[in-house]
This record gives sequence, structure tokens and C-alpha cells, in this order.
Amino acid sequence: MDEVVLDVDGLHTRFRTQDGTVHAVNGVDFELRAGEFLGVVGESGSGKSVTMMSLLKLIPMPPGEITDGTARFGDMDLLQLDAQGLRDVRGGRIGFIFQDPMTSLNPVIPVGKQITEAILLHTDSSKAQAKERAEELLHLVGIPDPKQRLKNYPHEMSGGMRQRVMIAMAIACSPEIIIADEPTTALDVTIQAQIIDQVRRLQDELGTAVVWITHDLAVVAGLADRVLVMYGGRVVEEARVDVLYSNPQHPYTRGLLASLPRLDQQGHELVSIDGQPPNMLREPVGCSFAPRCEYAFDRCHTETPQFVEVAIGQKVACHFDLNKGEPR
Amino acid sequence: MTAEMTQDAAASNAGEPKEVLVTVKDLQRHFPVRAGLLKRKVGVVKAVDDVTFDIYRGETLGLVGESGSGKTTTGRVILQLDIATGGDIDFAGNNVLALSNSDLRALRPRMQTIFQDPHACLNPRMTVASIVGEPLREHEKMLSADREARIHELLKLVGLAPEHANRYPHEFSGGQRQRIGIARAIALNPDFIVCDEPIAALDVSIQAQVVNLLLELQEELGLTYLFISHDLSMVRHMADRVAVMYLGKIVELAEVDDLYDRPLHPYTQALQSAVPVPDPIVERSRERVILEGDIPSPSNPPSGCRFRTRCPIATERCESEEPEFREVRAGQWVACHYADQQQNAGG
Repeated sequence: MDEVVLDVDGLHTRFRTQDGTVHAVNGVDFELRAGEFLGVVGESGSGKSVTMMSLLKLIPMPPGEITDGTARFGDMDLLQLDAQGLRDVRGGRIGFIFQDPMTSLNPVIPVGKQITEAILLHTDSSKAQAKERAEELLHLVGIPDPKQRLKNYPHEMSGGMRQRVMIAMAIACSPEIIIADEPTTALDVTIQAQIIDQVRRLQDELGTAVVWITHDLAVVAGLADRVLVMYGGRVVEEARVDVLYSNPQHPYTRGLLASLPRLDQQGHELVSIDGQPPNMLREPVGCSFAPRCEYAFDRCHTETPQFVEVAIGQKVACHFDLNKGEPR
Repeated sequence: MTAEMTQDAAASNAGEPKEVLVTVKDLQRHFPVRAGLLKRKVGVVKAVDDVTFDIYRGETLGLVGESGSGKTTTGRVILQLDIATGGDIDFAGNNVLALSNSDLRALRPRMQTIFQDPHACLNPRMTVASIVGEPLREHEKMLSADREARIHELLKLVGLAPEHANRYPHEFSGGQRQRIGIARAIALNPDFIVCDEPIAALDVSIQAQVVNLLLELQEELGLTYLFISHDLSMVRHMADRVAVMYLGKIVELAEVDDLYDRPLHPYTQALQSAVPVPDPIVERSRERVILEGDIPSPSNPPSGCRFRTRCPIATERCESEEPEFREVRAGQWVACHYADQQQNAGG
């Protein structure tokens, strides 16, 4: 559980657009340990997807550009890989699950062929072995009658079923890491529960490290070991899941939790966070959350807070100490 | 005036009869499915099928369901943005389905809607003032100075500034655009607003802003809401009573606390159990009912009870006999053959 499989340091990603430069990721550091379930929470534009996409250069380049950073994966730096190196890692040692399986599956190829393709590309299996493996995978992700289903085209399946196929593809080559980008956002809640249950069981079984990107704090509460909270292209808080929800130390995390309604509670007032998410076209100066933060003072607007450990396993990027009620 | 009445109605939880504003009875919206060269009718999608409920003045009725459940169509038919193929709708004493076009037009100011996507429902070429002022021009004879004053008043009510009046929708964020849509909806002092997934397209930190605004306006203006949403947690926060839809039918309708604390329909129970709670300790201790399978196609729903193919307690009876939508406990309506057992089991 302690071995670090992925160590990202100082990642910066920008997009040069007609409207100007979008500062999507502005210095992200995090570690992922073997077998760990890491939740990455943030709103749209917080940089959570771009961070993970940047690691395997899955962003369009140009206009995208990784301007700084390292990503140690085993003995290599992912950000220095050439095209061949990237192909080996993508779908092989690192699997991906995207939000919308309809746009990530090829509509004119049966799903079985799409799964076997990935297996043939990354392993030495024969065609027959790959097919057998594909069937086994569909069974593993809970698709009934897998032999028949292999012949289906994506449009012949429901949204939940397609997402199961995506999961099967992601685990096909026994990856060390699976990166899942909002994998249940497009699904109905009863189907979301099925998929979450499936992923949880698979992770227990296979011991793969999972990065689960979401905007929904509730979804990762029951899944993650550790959670990163992102805002304005930076990680603003990182903690073990219990600590993050019970004792958040960043005003944004605290604000988000206070603004959420809960199924198991009624009558508590929702405290909204005033203002708007930051305009990413502006070069970030100081803390991105400062304009919306009730604790902000002079320094917050001029100086970017360091991401520092405030308790064991809990890191925060904030000039203000919420516990003491005074600047750090 | 309306506000006082509403507060009375809200305060009169015990005893006093509540005023019914909207009555929906056996409402149907069946879409024909046509195929082939001659476009012959080959089937029918029962998007809304025999739906019955009342909405009391001043309350929020939550309407929840998954995609394809018919919740949006129900809202659209009530407002006559879509036709009904059967049933009755009564709005403040008017038989809506029997009204002439001109009578319906006269009634429209009293029933308004807020849409899901604030990007799609505002004309990008109109200024905020003309968007919010359009219903005033259409339905009220006003001097332009009065209209301008009213527009400014409305913008203030929804938390925007008068200087926003001359800007265009693209200059605003999603949350602010939703405020513009709300200002337009309340411009004519409606009694009733259908809120169709009004926060689904917004960021989490902005959702609470819009929900709090809707609640404030309800108290201030005595509004009645039909709040359509797939977000069960938010509906618990917003609604006084909640109806749960599945494949075109209401399966359960109850006061909000009864529905969430003592749900009687197996689908309501499963739906709630599927919703995650933002609390790791609670999440670890929860026992989940994971439903098998997918939502069947609305063009070919299961016989008998439509939920039976996924229901953990279904029997042969559920296949042959459609359950009646009946009042199992005071104010709690359930369409399940085994609701009484569920009630006894739950104490």
C-alpha cells in the first residue's frame, strides 16, 4: 500500500486559444500509491480532467501545451515519453475510463473486437486467447451472456452496459493504474450504483490503483482512500477521506460541503459560496479562491499559498489557519 | 395578498384544508411510433400514463425519476407546452385542456417555467432587459418607464444589478443566466412555476445559490413550484411533498419526510439507497439495494407492474395485475401490491 506508483510534480498545462491563454493546470503535485483509490474532486474548469489527461498527452496538442512538470511512473517520466512509449503505456499499464462511452467506443466495430484489439496490442496473446479473455472480462464486469454480447455494436447496448464495456477494456491488460474521468456522471442513479459497486469489487479483487475524477463529493465519500480537491488549476486540499469530510482545512472544501444537500438530513440550510469560479484566461495571481473566500486578506490576493502539510496526511494551500482563526 | 395566504397555508400543516391550485387527473401523453414508407403507426410510447396528483397553493411538489420516467413531459403537458392525449388538468378552477386559445393565453401569465439549460433558453441576441421585459410587453399594457422600473425591480429580486440590464446572455456565467431565466419567469407575478431541472447544468458551488434564491422568492411571492429533478438529495431539501415516477407512472407520492424516512415502494427504496451521501462514515455503514438490469424501454414496458423486472420482491401477481395507486397511509400513495406488508415490516 505504501509504494508510490505515480508521482506528479509541478505539472503546468496551458491552452493557447483565440481568446488568449487558458491556464488550465497551474502546478499540481500529487502521489498515487499502489492499490490506492484516489478521488479527485473539482468543479468544471478546476483542471481535474486536464491534469490526468496531460499525464498521457491525451489533450489536443496544440492548442494544449505541457509547460512544466514531471510525472514519475516506475523508472520513467511520462511527460518525456515518445509516441511509441505513450502507446505502450496507454491502455496497457494505465487504463482509462471516460465519462461518455458512446463517444469513446467506435460505433462501427463490435465491442468484442474493440476489446480484443487492445489485448492484442499490449500482450503476446493469440487471437483465440484474446477472444477468450474478452469474454472473461465481460463476465467479470457483470455483463450477462458475454459470448453473445461480444458481437454487439455499442448502440445495441444501454449506457450502463457500455460503461461496463469501457471498464472491461480498461482492465483488459491488467494495468497498474486506472484513471476514471466522471465515469458515472452520464448515468442514472440506480445504474451509477451498479457501476460503483462493480468498480469497488474489481478493485478489491485486482488491487489496481484507481484515480476517480468527479464533481460529486458524495460519490467518492464511500469509495476513496484519499481525496484531492482542485480549484483554479491547483490542488487546494489533500487528505484521507475521513479527515477531508469531517475536518476540512481549506475554506473551499468547507464551503462545498456546506452547500451540499444530503439525502439523510433535512432542514439544514444550504450555505452557498458567493461569486463565480475563476476566469482561467487570467494568469493566476495569489490564491484563485480569494475573491470568493470569506477569510481572504491582503496576502491572499498577491501571493500564491504553498501546499503544506498541516496534519499527518493532510495538505492545504491556504494562508489562513481555520482552526486558529488567524493567518498562518 | 397571495403571500399571506400562502404562509397561512404553509402554517396550517395540521388540520385546516389546504387550497388546491393544480389538479392533474389520469393524465396521459402517448406518443405514436411510426415506421415505414407510409408512416403507419406501429406502436405507442406511453411517456405519461394515468398520472394523478394535486399541488397545493404555496407548496413545492418534487417530481423525481430517472431518464425516461416522464417527469419532464408531465411538466410540459401541465403548462400546455405539449398536448395531453387523455385525462384532465385543473388550474385554479380552469379546465386547462378545454380552454380556447385566447383563454389559455390569458391564463399563461399565471403559470411559468424555468428550464434546465440557461444557455439554450435565452435568446443570445436580446439584452437582459428585453428578455426579462418580453413577457411584460406581451401580457401587460405598461408605460415604458414603468416597464423599465419593473425590470430593475425584477433584476434586484433575483440578485442581479440594474447595470446588467443592457448586457447580453453570453456575458454571464451559468448561475447568473439561470437568474435571468428566473427573473423572466416571475415577471408577470405567476402563481405557479414548473422548475425543470433548474440546477442540473450548474456547478456544485452555484447550485445552492440558485436553490436558495428559489426558496426566498417562494416565501416572498407566495409561489407554488413543481420541482422536477433527478437529484433526490436536493428534492428532499426543496420539496414539501414528493412524487416518484418510473416509466410514465407515479409509483409513490408522500410528504417529504414520509417518503424519505419510510418509503413504501420498492423502487423508492432502491432509488434512495443508490444515492451516495457526502459522508464516508455514513457511506461505509449503509446497506445498498443494488437493482439488477436496466430501465426497460418506455415503448415496450413490462406487463402488470412496470417495475417488476427489477423489483427485489416481485411475484407472479405483479406480472399479471397492474397495482392500483392507493393511499396506504394518510397522505402516502403507493402503487404496489405489497405496500401494506412493507408498511408492517417497517413498523
